[in-house]
Amino acid sequence: MPIVPFDTSMIAAISAELLLLLLAGVILAVDMIWGSKQKDHLGWITAGGLLFILLISLIFTRPEPVERLIFGGMLRQDWLTFTFRLIFLFAAAITSLLSINLKGITGRGEYYALLVVTTLGMSLMAASADLIMLYLAIETTSIPLYILAGFMKSDDKSTESGIKYFLFGALTSTVMLYGFSLLYGFSGETNLYLLSERLTGGEISIWVLGGAALLVLVGFSFKVSAVPFHFWSPDVYEGAPTPITAYISTASKAAGFAVLVRVMITVFPEISLYWTSILAVVATATMTVGNMVALAQKNIKRLLAYSSIAHAGYALIGLVAFSELGIASLLFYLAAYVVTNLAAFAIVVFFANTVGSDEIADYAGLSRRSPGLAFAMLIAFLSLAGMPPLAGFVAKFYVFAAAVESGLIWLAFVGVLNAIIGLYYYMTVLKVVYLYRSDDDEVPIAVSRPAAIALGVSVIAVLGIGIASGPWLGWALDTASSLF
Amino acid sequence: MNFPNFPVLSIIVFTPIVSGMLILLIPADRIKLIRRAALSAATLALALSVWIFISYDQAAGGYQFIEQADWIPRLGISYHLGVNGMSLPLVLLTGIVIFTGVLISWGIDDRPREFFAFLFILATGVFGVFVSLDLFVLFFFYEIAVFPMYLLIAIWGWKKTREYAAMKLTLYLFIGSMIALVGGLAMYFESGMQSFDLLQLEKAGFSSSFQVFWFPFVFFGFAVLAGIFPIHNWSPDGHVAAPTAVSMFHAGVLMKLGAFSALRVGIMLLPEGAKFWAPLIIVLATVNVVYGALIASVQTDFKYVIGFSSVSHMGLVLLGFATLNKDGLMGAGLQMFSHGVMTALFFAVVGLVYDRAHTREIPRLGGFRKVMPLAALAFIIGGLVSMGMPGFSGFIAEFPILLGLWKAQPLVAIITVLGIVITAAYIMRVIRGVFFGDMPQEFEGHIAPIKIQDKVALVMLSGLLILIGVVPAVIAPLISSGADAVMRLVGGI
Repeated sequence: MPIVPFDTSMIAAISAELLLLLLAGVILAVDMIWGSKQKDHLGWITAGGLLFILLISLIFTRPEPVERLIFGGMLRQDWLTFTFRLIFLFAAAITSLLSINLKGITGRGEYYALLVVTTLGMSLMAASADLIMLYLAIETTSIPLYILAGFMKSDDKSTESGIKYFLFGALTSTVMLYGFSLLYGFSGETNLYLLSERLTGGEISIWVLGGAALLVLVGFSFKVSAVPFHFWSPDVYEGAPTPITAYISTASKAAGFAVLVRVMITVFPEISLYWTSILAVVATATMTVGNMVALAQKNIKRLLAYSSIAHAGYALIGLVAFSELGIASLLFYLAAYVVTNLAAFAIVVFFANTVGSDEIADYAGLSRRSPGLAFAMLIAFLSLAGMPPLAGFVAKFYVFAAAVESGLIWLAFVGVLNAIIGLYYYMTVLKVVYLYRSDDDEVPIAVSRPAAIALGVSVIAVLGIGIASGPWLGWALDTASSLF
Repeated sequence: MNFPNFPVLSIIVFTPIVSGMLILLIPADRIKLIRRAALSAATLALALSVWIFISYDQAAGGYQFIEQADWIPRLGISYHLGVNGMSLPLVLLTGIVIFTGVLISWGIDDRPREFFAFLFILATGVFGVFVSLDLFVLFFFYEIAVFPMYLLIAIWGWKKTREYAAMKLTLYLFIGSMIALVGGLAMYFESGMQSFDLLQLEKAGFSSSFQVFWFPFVFFGFAVLAGIFPIHNWSPDGHVAAPTAVSMFHAGVLMKLGAFSALRVGIMLLPEGAKFWAPLIIVLATVNVVYGALIASVQTDFKYVIGFSSVSHMGLVLLGFATLNKDGLMGAGLQMFSHGVMTALFFAVVGLVYDRAHTREIPRLGGFRKVMPLAALAFIIGGLVSMGMPGFSGFIAEFPILLGLWKAQPLVAIITVLGIVITAAYIMRVIRGVFFGDMPQEFEGHIAPIKIQDKVALVMLSGLLILIGVVPAVIAPLISSGADAVMRLVGGI
């Protein structure tokens, strides 16, 4: 694939990234000028700005009919980039809405600025077509996330979360970087597409290439929290401020999948049998470990952490299938999972804000306290469990369909059995919400306006993607076909 | 009277869920309004089901009231609905049970909004499965029908076992449906037709080995919900733990959902597989009939007796399927309808007795005919249906099943008749124990008479059982045409 020489239309292609940078600057500037009272509006500015950028990128960054490498081959303008960018922007906007009115966060300019920068990093991750660019983008994403996870300085758990995230992240990123250096050493290229041309032709032993692939997979597996690189996620999820947990579990994971899909399919198509077999095992382990350990959780954030590990496993099935439908189902799964998990975490944010607890047992009586909130939780959790008419059902349906299409019947059955374990623990939470009583039955849960908007949008998205999945699947299929 | 392009099936399917969502918007303290809204919605659903039942053109046969629209075109999934002789009676049955269920649930005062909303979501799922002509649509609605059950039982059920029973039931059904789902996907890709349309897949001509391999996944995956032995034991627990209306719905309609889907997807799409596995199904279903009846006869809990009788009677439906001949299939179709009405009636009466006596131990009950004569009469009618007495719908249904079975496996027919004899024994024991004899001291003067809503429900259900028994022509020819459709695929015509 040739590298297109610079022209001005490329500026439009990265308009979203430029605007994100601008937004981060604006937030920091405003933060310095405004008094502490006005700073409560920073969250609105961030959310509004992200929404605006979402619209702009929807209109101006649509890929050209033919995919192209831009900016000297650093970025690739294609449907994958476009789709993931929208997912990140959506998740970031919801996250900033959820952060408004939270103690210790609201009015802190650096919090929002970091959130915007990490979104910028993710967007570049999805677009990167060069090893150097890819690594920079991953670090641009990760470093602000480490800080955000440990943002509550006075809270031990949050600090622990930040440090743990950093240590695990730094380690796996080193291993990945070593893999990158091997790839460069073999091919003399850093551009993914040129690199893959050099690597094909069988000059390089499959074992060496496979080794490099394995090292690279370590880094990506950390990002998507696949077993055995998942140990960080429960602790980080539990300690981080809840909106950040929501963001790490959705957008950051999706970004990991974006690079995973692009690199594996672009650089290693020759040894696809090798890495799909590895990933099939990883997917099985990820689903099973995530679901099994989730069964024993007493804390809702830890439960959602393990459930998010399991969901990474389901999504991996799409990549293992290694077909257009497979990649499309993965994209669809991620979109469905992102909106669903945002809705689930939105409820956790409200609840902790009023009750001050993340223990599942304290959710007793929620359906009497706030029937509407309980119903939203029902929708979110059932979507996670894969029940129609919600997004999670069709997402699982497509993923299993992709597995069956590629002849991976056993993997489809593994997924099915895991879905049942999943249903069990989601139902246990819903049981507490609907069945048990608490002493505070009469005290409703306070829901602030921005958070209500965030929850409402997510729930509508869960229903919308679930019922009218046709156009979304079409989009995902188009995106997938731009990769092969 | 038939308006083309009028989406009557969609209206039937979505009336419950839409009204359920509207009911959720009513303020929680306006309980009367909530009940009335629920009743109006159920009435509408019933009226429309009766209307399509009457206006279905029997001479023309086949699928009617067809609606088709693209849903997920890239995978060949379309929103395709239609009813034929097999599914139409089940749509009517659902209408009847949802209507009588709402009447019976008049007294629910713990969060009635949520109760009716979940019950109606369930109803939408059930209607949807019966009218779907697309495999994806079928699974979509099937799963919708599974989940609300959990909350209905866990929240409003019998305190002692509700959490356990609700979880067990939901997991069993979900496992079954997900396994069947993989089978459905395998069919889709094997056919290579890029279509989930059931009418297309019927013509796919799957190879024998494919059919033999996948049939058990699909058939038994669905048959979990029909209560086939040995994966039936979620069902009595579930029936007993559920609140009255949910037991009615569950045993009356939901188990038919499993049987119907097993027939529609398993037998009709994989007929060769069905032929291969039929002997096993016959054995298991015979165990259902005899074992279910035996277990029912030693229960002392009134509701467990009925719960196990459902297992026994659903065995007859599955036996009818497994004969793979015209008589058996027609009998199975009739039995699905007849048992649905009968068991709804049983559970309604059990609920009425339990609400007043607060116990279901048969030895501690007695003499209830004095305080609720109508309920006693209704239960006796149900009992006569249950033992297959001529003049009642049970006979009309069980006779063809046994006829078909005699043609297929004479020995099994004899064993099955044994099960029916045991049924007669335990039904009569229950009638004597609960409704006749002397009323225990503790109940004298404490038992309130039954309400008008309950009377309407009981009269409606028992009247229907007699109507079909006396004039089978109201439903038999219709089901016969549905059985013909199956036979064309199985290759008996």
